Amino acid sequence: MLEITEGSHAVAEAVRLCRPQVISAYPITPQTHIVEALADMVANCQLDADYITVENELSALSACVGASAAGSRVYSATTSQGLALMFEVCFNAAGMRLPIIMTIANRAMGAPLSIWNDQQDSISLRDSGWLQFYAEDNQEATDLHFIAYKVCEDHSVLLPAMVCFDGFILSHVYEPVDMLSQEDVDKYLPPFTPYQRLDAADPISFGMYATPDYYHEFRYEINNAAKRAKEVIQKAGKEFGTMFGRDYSALVEGYRLDDAETAIVAMGSICGTIKDSIDEMRAEGKKVGLLKLRVFRPFPSEEIAQALSKVKRVAVLDKNISLGAKGAVVIEVRDALYGSATPVKGYVLGLGGRDVRKKDIKEIVSLVEKGVGDQFFGLRRELL
Amino acid sequence: MVDKTLELFDCGHRACGGCGAALAARLVMKGAGKNTVVVSSTGCMEVFSTPYPETAWKVPWIHSLFENASAVASGIEASLKKQGRTEKVIVMAGDGATFDIGMICISGAFERGHDFTYICYDNEAYMNTGIQRSGATPYDASTTTSPAGSCSFGNKLQKKDMPQIIAAHGAPYVATASIAYPADLMQKIEKAINTKGPCYVQVHAPCCTGWGFEGEQTIAIAKLAIETGLWVNYEMVDGKVGKVKKVVKKPVEEYLKTQKRFRHLFKPVRQDAEIAVIQAMADKNFEKYGLEIKLKKE
Repeated sequence: MLEITEGSHAVAEAVRLCRPQVISAYPITPQTHIVEALADMVANCQLDADYITVENELSALSACVGASAAGSRVYSATTSQGLALMFEVCFNAAGMRLPIIMTIANRAMGAPLSIWNDQQDSISLRDSGWLQFYAEDNQEATDLHFIAYKVCEDHSVLLPAMVCFDGFILSHVYEPVDMLSQEDVDKYLPPFTPYQRLDAADPISFGMYATPDYYHEFRYEINNAAKRAKEVIQKAGKEFGTMFGRDYSALVEGYRLDDAETAIVAMGSICGTIKDSIDEMRAEGKKVGLLKLRVFRPFPSEEIAQALSKVKRVAVLDKNISLGAKGAVVIEVRDALYGSATPVKGYVLGLGGRDVRKKDIKEIVSLVEKGVGDQFFGLRRELL
Repeated sequence: MVDKTLELFDCGHRACGGCGAALAARLVMKGAGKNTVVVSSTGCMEVFSTPYPETAWKVPWIHSLFENASAVASGIEASLKKQGRTEKVIVMAGDGATFDIGMICISGAFERGHDFTYICYDNEAYMNTGIQRSGATPYDASTTTSPAGSCSFGNKLQKKDMPQIIAAHGAPYVATASIAYPADLMQKIEKAINTKGPCYVQVHAPCCTGWGFEGEQTIAIAKLAIETGLWVNYEMVDGKVGKVKKVVKKPVEEYLKTQKRFRHLFKPVRQDAEIAVIQAMADKNFEKYGLEIKLKKE
């Protein structure tokens, strides 16, 4: 049923429908509305979960680690500084192969302190073993939670996932969202059946220490699981499409890309602005298209190479900066296109909540056409 | 009553001969029984008991990080409760993980009132990383980060009173115990586990490597700590001190001189003033807890 709702509330409702048994979270802007909404659901018996109010984010994710290892479906949400405080636990959860789902309301990292959106927080955890989904709008943000649980709990994957949606731009915005019914979700997402769990009837040890004789292979296996997740995402996304009409089988999604000469690559809510810009540029006769990355981990290299095989140039937009290098997305897209003669230019933009407008997108297209890029875009030169 | 003949912490682990912590683990598990989930913090015990692919734990066991064992235990307890399962949850953590890096997580878990038992095996320094001082290291102990030297007598700070901090959270049962008194230790563990709510047991576990004594002396030294009043075995039920282990008082130097970590108090010259400071600390314990058994004069 289509309803107009705030992004955070839509996500909270999706989480409720997934029937998590244990929730543990700590408030942080702009994630707060999600965990408030869930607390309200628990307080009103609309959600039968144990909601652990913890003293910080490190404990929030640690409680999820314990509850997941004991065999429960778990949920958390955070952003920015909170995610940074979870850094150690993130690697740990993936290493123990625990299918924890966590929403990230993407926000900039301090200093300077900023509560506004970019994607530096989750991008900085790209090496942690978590799958990463990026939503363009609140419908996608909502639906990706069902898919994330289904994918991560699959015994061929068993990894945690971050469902990322842009803080404020999506989390605090009211949009129409088609919400599934409990009956629908129950059909799509079966109860969690752990591959192994803490159980006195069948004792096992989790999180042992591994000498150099063993550690290397553990990492190899985790990496393999992340790679296997590609196929599982495709399958789960397709099944979702068959059941509910919205197909998420593609890890990357093209928009007016088929005959495009210039491709823009981006993730998250900026894709909406880009699509509108493309429509206007197309009307002016410019052959521009978009390649949206819905999944950043596992990184869809082959899909990107395939999707960009016919374009003449590529502009990659990064709402993050790997300081001392470039935006994380452009680095990886270049790697995906290694061996191709197609020029790829990167543009770091929209950091700390700086608005990105249609005219900015158009300017980037004219820059990439001139072969100018690999730069911070939209700098206020008067401040430098 | 749990079956105390069960060995749930198995032999063949990699601890040093004479390791107090390994004995603590064995006794704790005898007191806890097999319907238990154990959460370990990072530390000596975690490393010597679980070198992949071997484990000494015959109960379900998890190690996540150094500082987060109480938070992990919170999640496990919540999950088990939600599933209607009956396993008891215990944390086994060293003093560094307890007194220092894990304090925030511990405070949160005790505040929330999870039904679990936190056991700190206290060997009074960071032994896994090579004997660095922690908040549990006693006054004047020489460690690698509080070394005795020409202008230092070692650790300048007093041991943090962790049981009181836990009791201040409203914990229904807080106790200290020692591997020198195994029956008492097992009984306290059993009591803690069967008390609803968050309970805490701090177990004195001498470390032959870190403290500098021969492995066969572990029990004797643990016993001397109690007899000199430098370690007090007691219980607090609902915040009130109850049962206390009373002793025939011995001077602190009988304990201090057995260990290399206090050697600088005796060699090259005897440091009477420092020994007197430590004796005063022990005297305070004797007074506070009423420890002394007076022998009848002949």
